[in-house]
Amino acid sequence: MNMPFYVAPEQLMKDRADFAQKGIARGRSLAAVEFDEGVLLCAENPSRNLRKISEIYDRIAFAGVGRYNEYDQLRIAGIRHADVKGYTYSRDDVDPQALANQYAQMLGQIFTHETKPLEVEILVAAVGYQRHGDRMFHIRYDGSVTDEDGFAVLGGEAEPIRQRLAASYNEDMDMTGALRAAVAALGSEDRTLASDELEVGVLDRLERGRCFRRLENGEIARLLAD
Amino acid sequence: MTLPTFQPGDDPGPSFAGLLKHLGNQPDYSAASGDPAEIAHGTTVVASRFSGGVVIAGDRRATAGNLISHRTMNKVFPADRWSGVAVAGAAGPAMEMVKMFQLQLEHYEKVEGRPLSLEGKANQLSQMVRGHLPAAMQGMIVVPLFAGFDRRRGHGRLFAYDVTGGRYEEEDYVASGSGSLFARTVIKLGHRETNTRDEAIDLMIRALFTAADDDSATGGPDSMRGIYPIVAVITAEGYAELPEAEVAERFERVLAEFAGREDA
Repeated sequence: MNMPFYVAPEQLMKDRADFAQKGIARGRSLAAVEFDEGVLLCAENPSRNLRKISEIYDRIAFAGVGRYNEYDQLRIAGIRHADVKGYTYSRDDVDPQALANQYAQMLGQIFTHETKPLEVEILVAAVGYQRHGDRMFHIRYDGSVTDEDGFAVLGGEAEPIRQRLAASYNEDMDMTGALRAAVAALGSEDRTLASDELEVGVLDRLERGRCFRRLENGEIARLLAD
Repeated sequence: MTLPTFQPGDDPGPSFAGLLKHLGNQPDYSAASGDPAEIAHGTTVVASRFSGGVVIAGDRRATAGNLISHRTMNKVFPADRWSGVAVAGAAGPAMEMVKMFQLQLEHYEKVEGRPLSLEGKANQLSQMVRGHLPAAMQGMIVVPLFAGFDRRRGHGRLFAYDVTGGRYEEEDYVASGSGSLFARTVIKLGHRETNTRDEAIDLMIRALFTAADDDSATGGPDSMRGIYPIVAVITAEGYAELPEAEVAERFERVLAEFAGREDA
């Protein structure tokens, strides 16, 4: 009889985590910043069609990094969850935390039980009616959730970006300030990102109904220029 | 409420109705029976094209048999940013149809990342009306109007429907519901290709006033309670409902016109 090799659970989890991290590190990073009138999501993304940032519901946006097909499936599942919930109860009952928990459950389940963990990191961002109502949930490939405050960074090289963003972030920034801080942090001293390498979405606090909108190339360029 | 996921062959795609069907959460009127006269019915909605877009309007009354069941019912809704829908017929299923239609368009737009074409939206609504046919056969008829600004072609477009889901694009104007006969005649006489926004709005107001004058199921302007028909304009800038004060003022002018005619 063939005996399977014994693999310690610690080793198994570590191997899976390494695998997922490697996959995520291959892609570009993404930053989200809360500002006075909303939440700004900014990704380095040379593609005009394969989006990393998108709308989930009235006041909720989604961002993902890693493998496109995997986070895009998560995005669609999130839209379905939110739309069915809003249809069954009311639009006010769709909240980001329940969605983040659902994502965490799903990612955790896949991480431990499936052949391969998802190589993604996602962010569920929600804009409140007041500043203190803003929410950002950062969910990793293994289903762990972090409640981020002020700003969040996703991706393989998150740490240096987070440090740069922490240095430039302040609570009273407006949208232009938030965009500039995010773009500066995503780039580095020797690499400045141009507007056509960026994908930017904003949740506008003052908007009624659907608050999400994309910033087009021209608008990004205008905001980045002095 | 869990995260809905599907196997590739089983995926409902961008269809919200398909998603609800998969989750077993679809509204069903097939078992409904009883006297249709006891179900609240909404009446008289009108729409007309003008040079820069479309105007769409509806009265506020719902009736059950010979009784007025609601005085402030809304029958004119935005379908999305560039289109609107107005419904006449059985109030419950009509409201559900509007809600589903709105969600369907929004769901498609979010999942696919781009909105449906105006033609596609009109077709969607047609399929929903067709799906409602079994209930319509039992007296719960719902007949919507669909109007929108076609951003690819750069002008406003109008669509009328029948109970079977038949979709008819109208060039100039359209009316639906119990008072539509009177309303349509008024619009027919006043409609010009060159109508401006203001002229088109006043024409809708005259049409609704006349319908209310001759059809007991259509509600007229109610200055005592401050209830006026809903009028919305759809142009390149999108869907915008007229403020109540403006509708009230326009009604007063039209009323004065009618009163003047009676005196003469």
